[in-house]
Amino acid sequence: MHELGIVFYIIRDVKKAAQENGVQKVSGVVMNIGEVSTIVPEYLTDCWRWAADKEDLLRGCALKCNIVPAVTYCEDCGAEYGTVQYGKVCPRCGSENTYLIRGNEVEIKEIEVPNN
Amino acid sequence: MDDVKVIEIKKSIFEDNDRDADNLRADLKRRGVFLLNLMSSPGSGKTTTLIQTINRIKDQVRVAVMEADIDSNVDAVKIREATGIPSIQLHTGGMCHLDAEMTRQGLDNVPLEDTDLVILENVGNLVCPAEFDTGAVKNAMILSVPEGHDKPLKYPLMFSICDVVVINKMDVLPYFDFDLEKCREYVRLRNPKAQVIPICAKTGEGVDAFAQWLLQEINNWKN
Ligand SMILES: Nc1nc2c(ncn2[C@@H]2O[C@H](COP(=O)(O)OP(=O)(O)OP(=O)(O)O)[C@@H](O)[C@H]2O)c(=O)[nH]1
Ligand SMILES: [Mg+2]
Ligand SMILES: [Zn+2]
Repeated sequence: MHELGIVFYIIRDVKKAAQENGVQKVSGVVMNIGEVSTIVPEYLTDCWRWAADKEDLLRGCALKCNIVPAVTYCEDCGAEYGTVQYGKVCPRCGSENTYLIRGNEVEIKEIEVPNN
Repeated sequence: MDDVKVIEIKKSIFEDNDRDADNLRADLKRRGVFLLNLMSSPGSGKTTTLIQTINRIKDQVRVAVMEADIDSNVDAVKIREATGIPSIQLHTGGMCHLDAEMTRQGLDNVPLEDTDLVILENVGNLVCPAEFDTGAVKNAMILSVPEGHDKPLKYPLMFSICDVVVINKMDVLPYFDFDLEKCREYVRLRNPKAQVIPICAKTGEGVDAFAQWLLQEINNWKN
């Protein structure tokens, strides 16, 4: 259900971009999906298939997900480490004074338009 | 020759909503209306807490409630019957959260000229509502004792955007291994600015503190 909601926002933004670029047909949408964004790419593509096929602009359009690995930065020792493996606690110095620098994105990277 | 042309977009899907939310907040500021977004897991006690809170403040501020529900309208009816204040039902059309645009549409049905405080009971869910700014002035969430004290660690985003965390169902503390001090510590880790207010919505214990926080915030917003 979460992913279906997200799909509606993607469709809205893609429609807008298509209009701005004078595009009649979109054949592919490439997403950047952060590893800790809570989006499950398989669910997202399933929901996408169902919803996109209802739109003339997007019928048959493929949704591709690039997974962006999550990285956390430690303010105390400057280390950058994998969030999924180590979480909030810095594996180098044990500090919890850390924050996520990437891996949370749900972003439309680009759209693909057939040439004709 | 390539058979597809690539158009770079590079845009977060939350971007438009964040802008809509900022616009809505600015509009509410001009009109002197305070909007509180109340979130929690299903069944943590949002409706019960609202009834207790509204009955404590309704003589001091003019309150209206918007109940966001996927389908039913039981909560809106409950609020109206228990407090006598106007309460409208927003259907989210299957969505697991409300966004700023849906909130604005809901507010079109509230007489804002005669209202100081609008409370939005969001859809019961700890993930999606945290990602979509509704345009509310403040965010509150309820964590109930049976859910466990480690929720701030599991749903960091929700706790990081909340101005106040209400811990509800304190009456059942003896039956669960909920550790209030640990919970406070975990909340602080995620969000040092969040206030933690333990209550029992069933009996009303502790609700005064939440009501005071709310009245103070409304006052700050209007002045
Ligand atoms: N023991 C106890 N039960 C409570 C308390 N507060 C609420 N409840 C009960 O918890 C159940 C859910 O309460 P609601 O207020 O409907 O919770 P809600 O968050 O509005 O639920 P949804 O809108 O369905 O997500 C009801 O049976 C309440 O009577 C409390 O402080 N103690
Ligand atoms: Mg409710
Ligand atoms: Zn470190």
